[in-house]
Amino acid sequence: MENRAIFSGRLLACLLVFPQLAISLIFFYWPAAQAVWQSFLVQDAFGLSTEFVWFENYVNLLKTPEYYHAIGTTFFFSLLVVFFSLAIGLLLAVMANRNIAGVQIYRTFLIIPYAVAPAVASVLFIFMFQPGLGMIARALQRNGIDWNPVLNGNHAMILIVIVAVWNQISYNFLFFLAGLQSIPKSVIEAAAIDGARPARRFWTIVFPLLSPTTFFLIVVNITYAFFNTLGIIDTATEGGPNGSTSTLVYKVFLDGKAGSDLGGSAAQSVILMIIVIVLTAIQFRYVEKKVHY
Amino acid sequence: MVFRQFGAAAALAGALGLAASPAHAVTEIQWWHAMTGPNNDVVVKLANDFNASQSDYKIVPTFKGSYADTLNAGIAAFRAGNAPGIMQVFEVGTATMMAAKGAIKPVSDLMKEQGEKFDPQSYLPAITGYYSTAKGEMLSFPFNSSSMVMWVNLDALKKAGIEAPPKTWPEVFADAKKLHATSPTCGFSSSWITWGLIEQFSAWHNIPIGTKANGLDGFDTVLEFNNPLETKLLENLVELQKDKSYDYSGRTNTGEGRFTSGECALYMTSSAFYPNVKANAKFNYTAVPMPYFPDAKDAPQNSIIGGASLWVMGGKSKEEYKGIAKFFTFLSDTDRQVYLHEVSGYLPITKAAYEKTKASGFYEKNPILEVPLKELTNKPPTENSRGLRFGGMVQMRDVWSEEIEAALAGKKSAKEALDAAVSRGNQMLRQFERTATK
Repeated sequence: MENRAIFSGRLLACLLVFPQLAISLIFFYWPAAQAVWQSFLVQDAFGLSTEFVWFENYVNLLKTPEYYHAIGTTFFFSLLVVFFSLAIGLLLAVMANRNIAGVQIYRTFLIIPYAVAPAVASVLFIFMFQPGLGMIARALQRNGIDWNPVLNGNHAMILIVIVAVWNQISYNFLFFLAGLQSIPKSVIEAAAIDGARPARRFWTIVFPLLSPTTFFLIVVNITYAFFNTLGIIDTATEGGPNGSTSTLVYKVFLDGKAGSDLGGSAAQSVILMIIVIVLTAIQFRYVEKKVHY
Repeated sequence: MVFRQFGAAAALAGALGLAASPAHAVTEIQWWHAMTGPNNDVVVKLANDFNASQSDYKIVPTFKGSYADTLNAGIAAFRAGNAPGIMQVFEVGTATMMAAKGAIKPVSDLMKEQGEKFDPQSYLPAITGYYSTAKGEMLSFPFNSSSMVMWVNLDALKKAGIEAPPKTWPEVFADAKKLHATSPTCGFSSSWITWGLIEQFSAWHNIPIGTKANGLDGFDTVLEFNNPLETKLLENLVELQKDKSYDYSGRTNTGEGRFTSGECALYMTSSAFYPNVKANAKFNYTAVPMPYFPDAKDAPQNSIIGGASLWVMGGKSKEEYKGIAKFFTFLSDTDRQVYLHEVSGYLPITKAAYEKTKASGFYEKNPILEVPLKELTNKPPTENSRGLRFGGMVQMRDVWSEEIEAALAGKKSAKEALDAAVSRGNQMLRQFERTATK
């Protein structure tokens, strides 16, 4: 016997779905369509002269070596950010999930960095890592490391990875902690009674049971590394030196804002959108199969 | 509840309506600017003084963020049909603005139409030239101008056994080596890397950055600064960078603290660095003109400016234009220019203001403030030293910086880097030329 509430008539259903649809259309599909349209145009900054050029912006883009460099930089940067922010977030969550004195205080403090805006986080780290001024930079230099992010591309990359990871750890920590707490204690205790050591218990029981959380966080973190790190890069390195920290989203921002090249910038954002859609699709198609719900 | 809210809103609207309709109509003129701190106070004071001096027009200054933010806000507002009357735009945005015919109103046209007394000859050509057409018609009104100078830590020089501040590039290179012995992380450094090492360097040596008088005569300009002299400069710096006798400090002025902290004893940056040095340097300091290569025929020529100017936007009412013209006349007043110059450190824009400040003996007490003026007026400007006007200059500077960084990091030779900077820049110029409304 079916016991669900069934609403009659399509009107109410449509009415209830409408706000969500309207929001999606106005705030997601319309701007996306605008970007696609803009990417076919060559236009001056003030919009006084407009020329429809089909795929010329895309062709120009694919002819510049800097663009391929930015693609490589983006994947490298995202890989580092996602790996380290997940690994450190998980480690901290496992630590804070134990019964120790003052655990609430630790948890609260671990969440606070998420409240710091990316640009502010950048500024804090710039102070610490600025050659000649920053504490950490000085300590490095005293120990014979020629720390110089304004000229050394690897150092600049390390700097933005540190800031981006630091900013994201709290978020991952929060979700991992919630994930850990939802794992039934009885399963772990049963394993312990069977004689499994903590490391084995973690890898064979806890980690697989966490996989829905991990999967969700991977998707979120990739999106974060691809898009939300713009503020960090802009304040910390401005894409430099020599383009070594210029990611795709930063190039979109720079070419559109500083370069007033709206067509080229729109073409880049369309490509970026496609990359992220494909990445997310792959994750849901293949990686999700390994997830145990 | 609903009624009460409605009542409050009606009362508020009424109050606003009353406030906005005094005895006779006041024309409001929006002025968007990018000045912070003490410079913001100067902007507000200017607006207040002007508003108090007459009762027909009201200048309303609004801070819009950084220079780039202000420009973008103005562009967005124009696209939405809502542009301000006056917009402060940094010097590198000049080409973008002037290309937008119809979006802007040239200052010389404005003054002529409104019948304001306006003599282009009374302004310092080294400053107004940057914002004028090839024929000398002023496009925008210079507001805050500075030039590039070399800041010198006299105590550090003495310690390193150097008698006088260096005048030429070979002297700078030699002194940087000596200073390196006492400060291992930096002898000499510089801010605003492309403004100093390419733009100012070319003007100071009377060599072109690009054809068509550095783009002042047309958008079909082609970059050509990958010349032997520029290459020689960069090669020397690359060599000095290896042991940090010269040490790169980034693209903008974020590295200026390295001078005031005493780390870099020779530091090339804007003359507008003065208030900062005065407040923070705990050593004897001075500023000297930029160095030059003595074997270059015309060096030193004259320096060019940096800073920002006020653009008048197009499509405004006659009353608004009248008010803006009156405001510019107000700004050009000799005493006001003298006051602005002395209080803010900006360069005066009229000859009369410069002469008056000189006559008052101000520079004997503040010789550093005269250094940029002496550089700017060193010789009458030539095709190569009037200024520069390249489309997409904001991003162009980033591209040039990238290549200089590649050379300093040892990834490319100096010549390769300059060639790449020129060819990438030329691509951008062609793209800009295509969209510029002619």
